[in-house]
Amino acid sequence: MTRITLLLTALLAVVAQTALAASPSALLDTYRAAATKEEPGFRDFSAQRGEQFFHAKHGDTSCSTCHTDNPKAGGKHAKTGKAIEPLAPVANAKRLSDPVKVEKWFKRNCNDVLQRACTAREKGDFVAWLISVK
Amino acid sequence: MKTLLSLLLALALGSTAAQAESGNKYGGEDRGKPVLPSQSNNLWKQECGSCHLAFAPGLLPAESWRKVMGGLDKHFGADASLSPEENREISAFLVNNASNRWRAPTAPLRITETAWFKHKHRELAPGVWKRAAVKGPANCAACHTGADRGDFNEDRVRIPR
Repeated sequence: MTRITLLLTALLAVVAQTALAASPSALLDTYRAAATKEEPGFRDFSAQRGEQFFHAKHGDTSCSTCHTDNPKAGGKHAKTGKAIEPLAPVANAKRLSDPVKVEKWFKRNCNDVLQRACTAREKGDFVAWLISVK
Repeated sequence: MKTLLSLLLALALGSTAAQAESGNKYGGEDRGKPVLPSQSNNLWKQECGSCHLAFAPGLLPAESWRKVMGGLDKHFGADASLSPEENREISAFLVNNASNRWRAPTAPLRITETAWFKHKHRELAPGVWKRAAVKGPANCAACHTGADRGDFNEDRVRIPR
């Protein structure tokens, strides 16, 4: 009996952890559903577009102002100098593992860099690119 | 006459004592003691500490924190917005542990604008703030190596060259 309880507890823990640490592909699915709604002609995300988006200048700033041009490198907050961990999951396993956190930073950084919210396609392209970085 | 004199003296002494008690230090703009409560808050540390040092609640009065937390979408030129739940929890921590020695009706948004901060740093040459390793007066930890633990003791200050 105790063994079954133990086994069940262990199984539950694994399931709970998987639910918390959602995979980047699940994140892409969410953005895909949103992009299909936003753009009637939407086909799929493009890692190449995501890379261009990352480097694109908006006035004086781009994503790379703080994150550097290399997604596998650590960055630095432009104003405070505080260290920023690498963006690409291949260099930083915590990245893209928490959808709520991903959305929090998209909201903040899109407002700061683009002065508007990002579209689902822009977010999906960017995530697709980050996943593709090896 | 004698009683009147001693009465006046007592009154004068009493008011001086009362003034000291009410904390007119720094014109009433004094940081709290302690600046960081022993019972800290993880969400505060994580969220406020993601772009800069998580500034200890006792460094500002409660009204300042209410203003800061009410304007996070435009936080010193950046969007630092939180979910309503996160905002509620962090606001409560900051307001409940805000400076307990602040007597002025003021509520500055910047710690560097407070009278206690200016007084404490008055002997520093302006060039010190501009050093690459310091990067401005908001970077407490550049010199106060224990700033994240609320340790601003003068004896442990190390100013980088």
